[in-house]
Amino acid sequence: MKDNNNKRRLANGLSRRNFLKTSGGLVAGAALVGGLGSAPAFAKQRVIKFGYVTPQTGPLAPFAEADNFILNGVREKLKNGIQIGSRTYPVEIIVKDSQSNPNRAAEVANELILSDEVDLMLVSSTPETTNPVSDQCEINEVPCISTVAPWQPWFFTRGGKPETGFEWTYHFFWGLEDVVENYTNMWDSLNTNKVVAGLFPNDGDGNAWGHKELGFPPVLAKKGFTLVDPGRFQSLTDDFSAQISAYKNADAEIVTGVVIPPDMTTFWSQAKQQGFNPKVASIGKGILFPSSVESLGQAAHNLSTEVWWSPNHPFNSSLTGQSAREIATGYTQSTGKQWTPPLGFTHALFELAVDIMQRVDSLGEAEAIRDALLATELDTVVGPISWKNGPVKNVAKTPLVGGQWRQGGDFMYDLVITNNQTAPMIPVASDMQPLS
Amino acid sequence: MDWVNTIVQGVLLGGLYAMFATGLSLMFGIMRLVNIAHGDFIVLASYLALVVVTSLGLSPLISLVIVVPLMFVIGYVLQRYLLNKTLGDDILPPLLVTFGMSIILQNVLLEVFSADSQKLSAGALDIASITVSDQLSVGVMPLIVFISGVAIVGGLQFLFYKTELGRAFRATSDDQDTARLMGVNNSHIFALAMAIAMAVVAIAGVFLAMRTNFDPTVGPARLLYGFEAVIIGGLGSLWGTLAGGIILGVAQAVGAQIDPGWQIMTGHIVFLVILIFRPRGLFPRSVD
Repeated sequence: MKDNNNKRRLANGLSRRNFLKTSGGLVAGAALVGGLGSAPAFAKQRVIKFGYVTPQTGPLAPFAEADNFILNGVREKLKNGIQIGSRTYPVEIIVKDSQSNPNRAAEVANELILSDEVDLMLVSSTPETTNPVSDQCEINEVPCISTVAPWQPWFFTRGGKPETGFEWTYHFFWGLEDVVENYTNMWDSLNTNKVVAGLFPNDGDGNAWGHKELGFPPVLAKKGFTLVDPGRFQSLTDDFSAQISAYKNADAEIVTGVVIPPDMTTFWSQAKQQGFNPKVASIGKGILFPSSVESLGQAAHNLSTEVWWSPNHPFNSSLTGQSAREIATGYTQSTGKQWTPPLGFTHALFELAVDIMQRVDSLGEAEAIRDALLATELDTVVGPISWKNGPVKNVAKTPLVGGQWRQGGDFMYDLVITNNQTAPMIPVASDMQPLS
Repeated sequence: MDWVNTIVQGVLLGGLYAMFATGLSLMFGIMRLVNIAHGDFIVLASYLALVVVTSLGLSPLISLVIVVPLMFVIGYVLQRYLLNKTLGDDILPPLLVTFGMSIILQNVLLEVFSADSQKLSAGALDIASITVSDQLSVGVMPLIVFISGVAIVGGLQFLFYKTELGRAFRATSDDQDTARLMGVNNSHIFALAMAIAMAVVAIAGVFLAMRTNFDPTVGPARLLYGFEAVIIGGLGSLWGTLAGGIILGVAQAVGAQIDPGWQIMTGHIVFLVILIFRPRGLFPRSVD
């Protein structure tokens, strides 16, 4: 709500100083006395500003569902401000909605940089949000931390060169290589004929996964799997009969792909209707959220997917000391909803922001914040994060494991970790089971 | 055998498209009203069904008993008190008003139901199928959708050509002034027509909700195929709309069989080809 008010005031033509006065009102009253006369005097009463761009409305909104819960916790924790040097500064988190639209994301990032003059930009949820915001930060030389997008579409799609990388924008998440690794590990633990049905749509993710050199095909071939890939299809299609008959003809026992939830539902119902019954189905994106899995009805039991984060991850928050389990339980208690993977990553994003600001010597220089960011060695609720040994300069990787959606737990479906070969510190809850 | 399967699945898909299109066809046929918000009304009906199903614990198919009359009333009120005021010589006002309604509907649904994707589960019916041969299984749900589509078109055809109300519909559509001279209340007739169209939309919405996920923003994606089916079939012809839907469905299925990348494209190409050779569609009803 607050950022809407601010925007309206700005739009009505109030000067930036008046705007600062308004936000300054949040600060202790005494701060106002001397602060408004001149800009340098005001600088002493500075506020640490975090900008946060997230898709709160539109098709990507499920990613941002936990935002308010996390933000409330973080604001409560930071109500006494952050100490930098000998001074304690109040913290303001300015949240902007990208409306699931890349253009809008770039626009609000610009507002945050130029009007709000944020010290550190935070952005989350899919390349449609992270990339335009990161690009704006790179151009305007504002430090930026990004997450919740596989690192390749964040790095390479923005024109990143592994040798030089970016100066101002940094990312933490896993990559496509981890997905391939986890999926094939899961498949190897079952007895199949190693024929894989590929369901790749004609969008950014589908083309990346199905890419002949950088995607699934080369890795699958190397590991002895045969891929049946009928070709790219348009998302939101109503009919998968052609793909299903191709898979049936090739006798595929494994299904993989990266499809949006409505397509997953259509595909899976049609597969069942038309008598295609694979032994294992590992799907990205389409069964990420419990609500999408529930919409598959009884047919979703034992569908598998990559697990970014779960309450069973043995990590604690550096900000609140809570364990992953405690954060997930707190979320369910306060919202009545089941935990989702972005919950952990949104929390970790703010852990990093606070940790970095605490290590800055003095406020006001972007370089100082960037250097503090580069020196990060933090154990967060999604795992240890450091930019010193990523696959490329600007990327820190978090561990990824594989799991299956199972019935019979606290919720209609629970995501159970069934393979941890890539990250043994995360415990396995159960063995991999074939689809019935 | 692959091709038999392709054609059968394509025909069944066509039933779904025809159902999306019938409401549009009615509105255009009688009121000359192009309803940009058509897809959003389908999604609205899906959400109404969701509320009925979750609050009363009914099966989605039975929720039709409540959702259809509800949409009928919404349609009547909407046409009588809003859309009638926009109709006239200029085709632009109704377009703009329905475009506005589309945006309002999406945002109201987002506000009320959040962005979570939803689906109505019909239990075992979701994945039930009839096995004809090893290569050919027909899903029960798509079959129900197809049969309902045919039944709706048949029913409307009867209403239009065999009843007094149907005569009033056709008369008002052909010549508003003369119809009025004969004692027909045009606004009431238009409102009734919209009400019937919305009842069909309600059925389409419930079937959409049972078939796949829906969220507040999926409406517009459902609009395009509906439009194409109406145009292929010929404006104002209900059987034409059914034929249009089936042609589109089969074209897409055949395209997908060649290469999934061609699925949507083939539908559009067939649409364009028909537009070139039969600019007024296959079975146009009226000459105007």
